[in-house]
Amino acid sequence: MVTIEVLGSGCANCQRLEMIAREAVAKFGIEAQVGHVTDIKEIMARGVIATPGLAVNDRLVSTGRVPSAAEVMTLIANVLAEESAGS
Amino acid sequence: MFSRTDVSANHDVDAPGIACATTPSKLANRVAARQPAFRVWAGLAAAALIWVGAYVLLHPVVNAITYDLLHLSRDSHLGSAVNFFLYDTPKVLLLLTGIVFLMGIIRTFFSPESTRRLLGGRREGVGNVAAAGLGIVTPFCSCSAVPLFIGFVEAGVPLGVTFSFLISAPMVNEVAIVLLFGLFGWKTAALYVVLGLAIAIAAGWVIGRLRVERYVEPFVYEIAVGQLDSVERLTWSDRTARGIQAIHDIVGRVWPFVVAGIAVGAAIHGYVPQDTMAGIMGKGAWWSVPAAVALGVPMYSNAAGVLPVIEALIDKGAALGTALAFMMSVVALSLPEVIILRRVLRWQLIAVFIGVVAGGITAVGFVFNLVF
Repeated sequence: MVTIEVLGSGCANCQRLEMIAREAVAKFGIEAQVGHVTDIKEIMARGVIATPGLAVNDRLVSTGRVPSAAEVMTLIANVLAEESAGS
Repeated sequence: MFSRTDVSANHDVDAPGIACATTPSKLANRVAARQPAFRVWAGLAAAALIWVGAYVLLHPVVNAITYDLLHLSRDSHLGSAVNFFLYDTPKVLLLLTGIVFLMGIIRTFFSPESTRRLLGGRREGVGNVAAAGLGIVTPFCSCSAVPLFIGFVEAGVPLGVTFSFLISAPMVNEVAIVLLFGLFGWKTAALYVVLGLAIAIAAGWVIGRLRVERYVEPFVYEIAVGQLDSVERLTWSDRTARGIQAIHDIVGRVWPFVVAGIAVGAAIHGYVPQDTMAGIMGKGAWWSVPAAVALGVPMYSNAAGVLPVIEALIDKGAALGTALAFMMSVVALSLPEVIILRRVLRWQLIAVFIGVVAGGITAVGFVFNLVF
């Protein structure tokens, strides 16, 4: 189970990124939970000063822009590869 | 897992003009966005060649269409309006595409995180200058002004320095620069950049001097910002892709405004008599600058929507300083941005912010009208 979080205060780009993340998960065919963190304190605590941020399994992979669905898939794959290499 | 990642490689191309040459491999996920360097450079060279060719051929082709193909007279209102529209629209869009692409690439070398690091603990004065300069090249959307503001404050960036950044970032942008260059020439564009930076530096410095820290919402000082680590390592192919993405995002958004604006401009170009505008917006009417700024502050538009209209106004005798002041106030300040900033700033500070920036823009407009 992969956890994907969009960190953003509800701006248009943040909504777009959430949709793209869902699209990426569907295309990728993995089991994943897509969430949206809107609390500014938590967003800041996670080290995001440019929204929207994107985190995969608690790891921040992109900030301040809206990556494409294909890019999101690559970002997810990178995190999973690093995790399996690390374990 | 790895067989899955090949899928992403195949989907990774929505970039026109650049072919995907990825060979699936075990490391597909690492390689997915990366193409052989020579392909990228060859693609860029070809694109540049096409761009230059189109730019050079544009004028003769458009003249041939208006005057030979459509048989319009060079002296008629209609002929001049049609020629203006047919020439300026593709010219401005070409310039816009080229510059937005280049800026998109330049911006990949900067980030709000690195700018925050550069400005943290920096003294005022030098800090204001650096912040205004970084405002041009740092990728920033005013929709994320709140976390950026908190992040800057937390890193010890002085308040006035933060404002220099927040003023320069939207005001000195590539869309405004391209439009000014395309429609008025490089001198006006350069002047706009210099004056925009001057306003950002001076206004930020003044706000810093006013000691208004107490009007920042208290919760801002309580927020702890987590560890910021640079999350990306980019290749040239990534940077090119970002540049193309910038074309999608920015040109894709503003082109209807550019076309509509130039159409209006063309209509005025051909038809509105010169004396009307000169009377309303000419140098004679001293109040035209503050009036233009007051009108422009609440308005929210990108430079694209406003500028071609301004061109036509100036063409008919409106003063350039007045027109530039109007454009700066539209681009630099807006109601939506104020509403966003209200979450971290009290009304008093927002009033100071608007007052100082609007004052700076008005002063620039006056000086401009006096000198030119």
